[in-house]
Amino acid sequence: MLKIENLHVRIDDKAILNGVDLTINAGEVHAVMGPNGSGKSTLAAILAGRDGYEVTEGSVTFQGENLLELDPEERAAAGVFLAFQYPVEIPGVNNTYFLRSALNAQRKARGEPEIDSVQFLRLVRETLKVLHLPDELLHRGVNSGFSGGEKKRNEIFQMAVLEPRLAIMDETDSGLDIDALRQVADGVNALRSPDRGFLVITHYQRLLDYITPDRVHVLSEGRIVESGDKSLAKELEAHGYGWIAERKLDEAVA
Amino acid sequence: MVSTPEEITERLDQRYKAGFVTDIESDTIAPGLNEDVIRMISAKKEEPEWLTDMRLKAYRHWLTMPMPQWARLKIAPIDFQAISYYASPNLKNRPKSLDEVDPKLLETFEKLGVPLHERARLAGVAVDAVFDSVSVGTTFQKELAQAGVIFCSFSQAVREHPELLREYLGTVVPHTDNFFAALNAAVFTDGSFVYIPKGVRCPMELSTYFRINARDTGQFERTLIIAEDDSHVSYLEGCTAPMRDENQLHAAVVELVAKDRAEIKYSTVQNWYPGDENGVGGIYNFVTKRGACRGVKSKISWTQVETGSAITWKYPSCVLQGDDSVGEFYSVALTHHRQQADTGTKMIHLGKNTKSKIIAKGISAGRGQQTYRGLVKVLPTANNARNYTQCDSLLIGKQCGAHTFPYIEVRRHDAIVEHEATTSKISEDQLFYCRARGLGEEDAISLIVDGFCREVFKELPMEFAVEAKRLLEVSLEGSVG
Repeated sequence: MLKIENLHVRIDDKAILNGVDLTINAGEVHAVMGPNGSGKSTLAAILAGRDGYEVTEGSVTFQGENLLELDPEERAAAGVFLAFQYPVEIPGVNNTYFLRSALNAQRKARGEPEIDSVQFLRLVRETLKVLHLPDELLHRGVNSGFSGGEKKRNEIFQMAVLEPRLAIMDETDSGLDIDALRQVADGVNALRSPDRGFLVITHYQRLLDYITPDRVHVLSEGRIVESGDKSLAKELEAHGYGWIAERKLDEAVA
Repeated sequence: MVSTPEEITERLDQRYKAGFVTDIESDTIAPGLNEDVIRMISAKKEEPEWLTDMRLKAYRHWLTMPMPQWARLKIAPIDFQAISYYASPNLKNRPKSLDEVDPKLLETFEKLGVPLHERARLAGVAVDAVFDSVSVGTTFQKELAQAGVIFCSFSQAVREHPELLREYLGTVVPHTDNFFAALNAAVFTDGSFVYIPKGVRCPMELSTYFRINARDTGQFERTLIIAEDDSHVSYLEGCTAPMRDENQLHAAVVELVAKDRAEIKYSTVQNWYPGDENGVGGIYNFVTKRGACRGVKSKISWTQVETGSAITWKYPSCVLQGDDSVGEFYSVALTHHRQQADTGTKMIHLGKNTKSKIIAKGISAGRGQQTYRGLVKVLPTANNARNYTQCDSLLIGKQCGAHTFPYIEVRRHDAIVEHEATTSKISEDQLFYCRARGLGEEDAISLIVDGFCREVFKELPMEFAVEAKRLLEVSLEGSVG
């Protein structure tokens, strides 16, 4: 579904990603972990199409298409969703209205009929029930005045309504207390399905206690330096990111 | 890409849907301004002598006044002798009812979305339609008369209610007030008159639609609304003009009088032709609007959405004379391309416990320049006066400007005056967030701007709020990229 090959990315002449390779198949959950400054958020941003990044080498294909050629809204319509690390406030714009506009823009781009407000309200109410989220989320402005936890839950809510093929979660666990973390993870688990892929970007292992990944990758200095199953996350938790570097050094010496 | 002149015109037409010209025979007097012209206008309207004298007095005063220079506007010199001060579509023997009005005129208003004939009228809204210098008709007059409400053209009021005009005309905005108010008092042609008797809640929305059609003319209308004790009225005005390369002057005066416990809600959706991308053409919109809260517990609320005009110079104000009276001003002003606006309000607190609230939202795009200018004045008689002002500017792009000039004069220790101001750009983050959810760039901007204006739009009657939203979207087309 998603194939990243030898991806090199710069911001203002500074190399951030130095040859990332990653393949995610439908139905899989991949976790990318790594220390601060390793390029995790850049990876999320480049996949969603944020401006200001220069791809100097490599390619990204999504469902056979060159993803890097598409505008952000085209990527969304193709099924890419980014859950933001810092969801943006849009004061005065009603959350429900925003989400319906977004969904209909995507449907229109895909040549599907738009959804009217009655149908839409039914859809969002069902979604809220599944995710155990309060009704009042619908009546507020987009993220305005939300607490950190509410913003992250709102991202998951949007994800559930937009039903993407590939969901990218950029440090969705940061700043969440344990209850909020569990709620977010429950939401994600409810959305796991054989035709949907997940890329979960996180600094800490604890999110992966609740969302079990199929693969875990360690990103360091713009490269994936280690990949493994869920036990890799546990090892990182026990030994820290320094452990990977030491091991690499040992391998080199041996 | 569009390249041929036809295609370009077609595209512009889409942007400014009201830009067409009605081909109608017009009785237009020769350009120029002097006492004879004023006497001619007065004679055409069959006015009593006192009104002619009032006009001449205003004209003589106007001659002594210089054109105001204090606004932050670049105004090309106006040749007042090159303007025709009276243009009337040929109405042959003043039509007695709307059925007798020239079908071309009815068609024009229908095209503008303001059908006047009985079967298509807007439900619950009475309309006075002003075409160039004259009112072509007013709907629902009978129904309103049953409630005791007078709603008619200014000319009709001169003929039928001279005593009311004589009592109130020029008492809120005297001809000495400012240059354009003096000019208007000398040459005003038509407009609307509203009288709500004691204790009456006006049974429907009242509305005036102003249309400029003739070339090289100015439109100088006058609106007077009087709300007697315990009455209530909601009044709306809309306006459009054809697309032309020359600037046209629109200098109106609006006076509101609210007696004890009376309430007047006055809403404007201003969509005069704004000129083209390079600032060629467009209306000069120089108007004086003021309401006097004369009675205790009276309330006047202005709401304006200003998207049109090449230049806007406008400060709808409230004079809070009655104790416990309330003044409000809600404004959204948008300047795109080369449009300029210097707009705001004045809240003058005279009575005890008077309250005022100002919510002003300015949006600048392209090379648009926008200024908020507002005065809050608390006089020694205004015990416990309160004001809250919030003034927000939103910038789109790098070549536009937003400026804020709040004037606050407080002569009481117990007054509470608050002023909050913000200036923001539509942030890259907001745009990216919307786009990452699937919204195109222009839709994202409309959505963000709509959210920015919410507090003002919710003050507008439903149909107008929808129209205002649509206008903002159209006006912002091409503001990115």
